[in-house]
Amino acid sequence: MTVASVPAVLRSEWTKIRTVSSTTWTLASAFLVTVAVSAALCALFRSTFDHLSPVERLTFDPTLASFSGMVLGQLAMVVFGVLVVGTEYSSGMIRASLAAVPQRGVFLFGKLAVATALALIVGMATSFASFFLGQALLGEHRTTIGAENVLRAVIGGGLYMGLIALFSMAVATMLRSSMLSLGILMPFFFLVSQILASVPKAKTVARYFPDQAGSRIMQVVPDALGGSRAPYGPWTGIGIMLLWVVAAIAGGALVLKRRDA
Amino acid sequence: MIEAVGLTKRYGAKAAVYNLSFQVRPGAVTGFLGPNGAGKSTTMRMILGLDTPTAGTVTIGGRPYRQTPNAPRQVGALLDAKAVHGGRSARNHLLSLAQLSGIPARRVDEVLGVVGLQDVARKRSKGFSLGMGQRLGIAAALLGDPQVLLFDEPVNGLDPEGILWVRNLMKQLAAEGRTVFVSSHLMSEMALTADHLIVIGRGQLLSDMSVKEFISANSADFARVRTPDTEPALREKLSSALSGAGGQVVPEPDGALRVMGLPLPQISELAHGADVRLWELSPHQASLEEAYMRMTQGAVDYRSTADQKAGLMQQPQPGFGPPPQIPEVPQQGWYAPPAPQPGANPYLGGQGPAAPPAAPPAAAAPPAAPPAAPADLTKPEDAR
Repeated sequence: MTVASVPAVLRSEWTKIRTVSSTTWTLASAFLVTVAVSAALCALFRSTFDHLSPVERLTFDPTLASFSGMVLGQLAMVVFGVLVVGTEYSSGMIRASLAAVPQRGVFLFGKLAVATALALIVGMATSFASFFLGQALLGEHRTTIGAENVLRAVIGGGLYMGLIALFSMAVATMLRSSMLSLGILMPFFFLVSQILASVPKAKTVARYFPDQAGSRIMQVVPDALGGSRAPYGPWTGIGIMLLWVVAAIAGGALVLKRRDA
Repeated sequence: MIEAVGLTKRYGAKAAVYNLSFQVRPGAVTGFLGPNGAGKSTTMRMILGLDTPTAGTVTIGGRPYRQTPNAPRQVGALLDAKAVHGGRSARNHLLSLAQLSGIPARRVDEVLGVVGLQDVARKRSKGFSLGMGQRLGIAAALLGDPQVLLFDEPVNGLDPEGILWVRNLMKQLAAEGRTVFVSSHLMSEMALTADHLIVIGRGQLLSDMSVKEFISANSADFARVRTPDTEPALREKLSSALSGAGGQVVPEPDGALRVMGLPLPQISELAHGADVRLWELSPHQASLEEAYMRMTQGAVDYRSTADQKAGLMQQPQPGFGPPPQIPEVPQQGWYAPPAPQPGANPYLGGQGPAAPPAAPPAAAAPPAAPPAAPADLTKPEDAR
């Protein structure tokens, strides 16, 4: 019995990920879309701040405002995550990979580890860039990185993006198809989750969706912009998201182990 | 050495591979033949531990593939030529595979040279032709310098020069004492490359013998006899004389007779005795291709029926029947449609000559067969 060496799998997965152009353009657009949309919305907040209702003005969360582009930027992260796994299946390379690494668990671990690390780095960069640019554009309504809970929110933003990518990879491992995975994840994150989160009754359930729970960590003011208060704290929120991710990885690992390649 | 014992793979009710047992020995090229859908690729995937057999086992060097230490250094495989991320260059594709088994990058450039892709090594594989894809797949199989090599249809899409190269490469690898297992659906190719043949059809073993044995067991000799075209009666006379002497006589479409079971001198004697002059008496050997076709006839999943063009054309006389009355000009008689006959026109009266139903045996066979397959599978198994 052999254990294919983990460093070898990591090295190979790094080669795979850096030698396709989709990595560059998905991660670059995750960064650019988030930063640009956040900046635009921050500029908008500043110019229209006086038109906001008094409640909204009192609960204005400058940190969260500078992450408002993440709703769009996370979609590029989803595409990145799905493609990392999905192209193995669509190209058929999964057979060569699994023939070389018969221990499928090791293979999956290596792939997810490399891609998640990369997504986390890009996510952190995005989060910090978004925050500083956003604060600069907010003018007198800005906050600082040293203020209470702000650093936690900024680091949490990067963590959130990494977890979104990891969740997408796990779902693609379960579904074994890029098209199917994108077809489910994109509408879910972009429409279903966002819409349900603003429907009164559905809101109580939608709060426990991975993106809704995870994005709590980017809030500094608990009930920002007149929104209702979630029944859990920021770290519990990211914990809920983590549970989703773990469940998806477990499902993916099970599918990979059981099914014929 | 690859050893399969009672290997079975079912997808639902259909058995893709059924009770397959064979050995692939080192130092020889073993051909793995079968029509499309016979289960060749499924078997190869099971050997590599990619698919889990429903029953039975397959081992390489005594161990299941997934328990082989450092498997990529022991076993190399080409499964699917185009199984490459199109956006990645050939070199990077091989590099990622090499890194998985701790093979140095230097080796990647070596195998690229071996398969002749060094000039396009840094190009995206998206633009590769099927032949280049095959070469890349072969390079991947050679990466770990393995003792056991599996190739699934390696000559597909290669030009004649490439086919010759693959053939020599297989032989060379076998001569170095390696185990080489090559699948193909082309008997002619295997006859030139392989030392040993394993033939399967519908997932079952049809034959497992050396190429030499296969040839002597399957290539029936026959004689072609041609009587003067000018006197059709002579042919009938000779035909009955030969049948009377115990020969099998089959008329050929061009008017000649194919005679089996009689040596040439005896045919000559019989013709002399019957007072028939001969225009041709020649020895022939059925090709391996024919033997293979005969063997797998019952095991072909996808078979075309004759295009009857029903209702589109005037129907020729149904079937070849007894030797067609070949007129004075034989070349013409083969394909020129006969003169219109009252009964033969499909537009006159529906009964016609009932030509289209000539095809049913072929058309009816495939759908009927799968459910019955597991039942009658026991027979070939016992015979073996």
